[in-house]
Amino acid sequence: MVILWTDALIFTLIAIMLGLALYMRGKEHIKRPMQQICRSKIGMVSLVVLVFFVLIGLLDSVHFKATGNKTNEIISLLDYWATPLREHGEKTYSAPFATTLYSKEMMTLADGATQWGYPRLEFGGSHLADPETQRMGDILQKAGYGFAQGAGLAAFFMALLWGTLAGQRKRLMLSSTTRTVWAVVFLIVSLSYTLIDLSSYYHVLGTDKVGEDVFYQAVKSIRTGLVIGTLTTLIMLPMAVIFGILAGFFRGWIDDVIQYIYTTLNSIPGVLLIAASILMVQVYMANHEAAFTSVVVRADMRLLFLCLILGVTSWTGLCRLLRAETLKLREMEYVQAAQALGVKQGMILLRHILPNVMHIVLISVVLDFSSLVLAEAVLSYINIGVDPTTYSWGNMINGARLEMAREPIVWWSLTAAFAFMFALVLAANLFADVVQDAFDPRRSGNE
Amino acid sequence: MTQYIIRRLLYSLPLLMGVNILTFVLFFVVNSPDDMARMQLGQKRVTEQAVENWKQQHGYNVPLLWNSDAQGEKKVTDTIFYQKSVGLFLFRFGVSDSGRNIGADIQERMWPSLAVALPSLIVGLLVNISFALMMVLFRNSYLEHAGIVLCVILMSVSSLFYIIGGQFLIAKLLRLVPISGYDDGMAAVKFLVLPVLIGVFSGIGSGVRWYRTLFLEEVEKDYVRTARAKGLTETQTLFRHVLRNAMIPILTGVVVVLPLLFMGSLIMESFFSIPGLGSYTIDAINSQDFAIVRAMVFLGSVLYVIGLLLTDISYTIVDPRVRLS
Repeated sequence: MVILWTDALIFTLIAIMLGLALYMRGKEHIKRPMQQICRSKIGMVSLVVLVFFVLIGLLDSVHFKATGNKTNEIISLLDYWATPLREHGEKTYSAPFATTLYSKEMMTLADGATQWGYPRLEFGGSHLADPETQRMGDILQKAGYGFAQGAGLAAFFMALLWGTLAGQRKRLMLSSTTRTVWAVVFLIVSLSYTLIDLSSYYHVLGTDKVGEDVFYQAVKSIRTGLVIGTLTTLIMLPMAVIFGILAGFFRGWIDDVIQYIYTTLNSIPGVLLIAASILMVQVYMANHEAAFTSVVVRADMRLLFLCLILGVTSWTGLCRLLRAETLKLREMEYVQAAQALGVKQGMILLRHILPNVMHIVLISVVLDFSSLVLAEAVLSYINIGVDPTTYSWGNMINGARLEMAREPIVWWSLTAAFAFMFALVLAANLFADVVQDAFDPRRSGNE
Repeated sequence: MTQYIIRRLLYSLPLLMGVNILTFVLFFVVNSPDDMARMQLGQKRVTEQAVENWKQQHGYNVPLLWNSDAQGEKKVTDTIFYQKSVGLFLFRFGVSDSGRNIGADIQERMWPSLAVALPSLIVGLLVNISFALMMVLFRNSYLEHAGIVLCVILMSVSSLFYIIGGQFLIAKLLRLVPISGYDDGMAAVKFLVLPVLIGVFSGIGSGVRWYRTLFLEEVEKDYVRTARAKGLTETQTLFRHVLRNAMIPILTGVVVVLPLLFMGSLIMESFFSIPGLGSYTIDAINSQDFAIVRAMVFLGSVLYVIGLLLTDISYTIVDPRVRLS
């Protein structure tokens, strides 16, 4: 078991979230918005999709040293399960579900003659004797088989769950929102089973320039996207919350200093600050090569640095919001009452101010997530994003953008990256909207 | 008014100083000039002499803050901080690591940037506001719901997709405009159409949503109800009352980015190979030219501070209730 820095932070984040959930359980003012979220069909469906992404990301966050492998590389649980995908590399591009390479080559036939044509793939569809005629039927058969397997599994567990539920809960399960959620879960499980089943025989989304499976790349990129979307907020949150509340509560010179800091940071265009910082990180890494023992560790450090830098550039907005809200709250009767009763200032901040600005924090965390995922792609494109060896949608797009000029065009890498990113960001955006509707007091009553 | 502007200008000085010190720390303290030299000259087996030469060539061979070897005022002026950072205040950007004059480059390259960014902003603003007004006009109808869903979908697509897709569809398949490039004078128009179009399109999702919330906030206010009560049609109230009052938050967002338009957009310019400041910055990042990146960081913050100032002034023009004090 190897724990990388980002892994550790992810697990910390999950622990914090579980802790918060336990703490919030049963609090009436949290329950109401929660129930509103649970009633919303869009909210629950997007949550299911998000959870699915998070599960894949978590699988990809459990790293260990591969045993029995001479290279002794660090792989994750996901890599371990996707070993066939990882190792089934072809020579170069091949289209989705193709059985031959993308480009023509000189081939040596069985009788020793040479021929100019499309060579068969080493792995994709190699079990077929005659791809021309068998391929469609085989794909359909394999897909049907996988789907049936997944559907059976999902149905089995749902039936199990149904059986254990008490009668009263059963009625709850039949509400239209819950039914939609189950339908989505069923669909996701079955479809992923189908894809898993197919991907051991074919390259479902083709292969890229060096012959690596695009489906595998896209799935691996999920973790990068999630890390950037969540860890950045985790890093910037303490700073934004503490500074924002202190500035609003104490005013005076503290307020001036904090305002000065965030206006200064804010006045540097974000991309440029990120670029400058990443350049400096590159220089630092180049000069301290000894500290980064393996490629994975190195890429992981750079990912963490990127989160850190993104966090530094993006905390100012939340800080300003919190400052304004605290300014409003400190004039409230209950805060003044606490002050009159002689409650210590630290206690007032902790007990009276902090819980009452939490909805702003929550909303901004959810809203930031999708923009951060999108930002990663853009930053990777201009080479100031994640390490080039890290799997990320930005790197996939960056590597594939020149391929649009080829004839016939190589569309699968780009499409895969955009489609995965779109699914994640759309789910996040929809969920953010529902959360905002539920938690923002100004928006309550909109339903 | 003049007094107010002068005070605001003085207030922005500490800001710029902060930025300057921050960039100084980032570029010279986190990594010493030696590190930079080694990075530039290639990692392995760089002789001390080569490093010294590189530093000499680029003027990094003096102490950071205090030169104790020099005489008199040279103690302060013969330092990296004075030569590289203080000069930025006077827009003396110095020489790039590849030996070009940064100031001249910036002057030459800011116009193409502006030629892309300004039309994108104006057209985008018009499109976004009209769509948002339309959605507010048809609020609580299926049309609005469809609009909201469409906005979320448009918002969730990466901007890179719009660029790559647009280039492919319009320039490669339909061959309406050249894929990329730039020309001087009016000939530039045919190169600019596509970037502007894509720039506008990629901003529609979030833009329309943002303006819609602004308008919705206004629509529920009392004065709008009064306007309706006195018999104005819905379109009249929207254009005469709601739009005017919503102009204030709209202005805040627009005026502050006006000066930054000179900086251009990094991705757009590099995709369409427009020789603006955005692609200048990207080239600098890719070739690790620290001098240019440093200059651009400072220029960007100066422009932002100017934008803040302009915003404040524009408030007083648009909203008579705001007084300068």
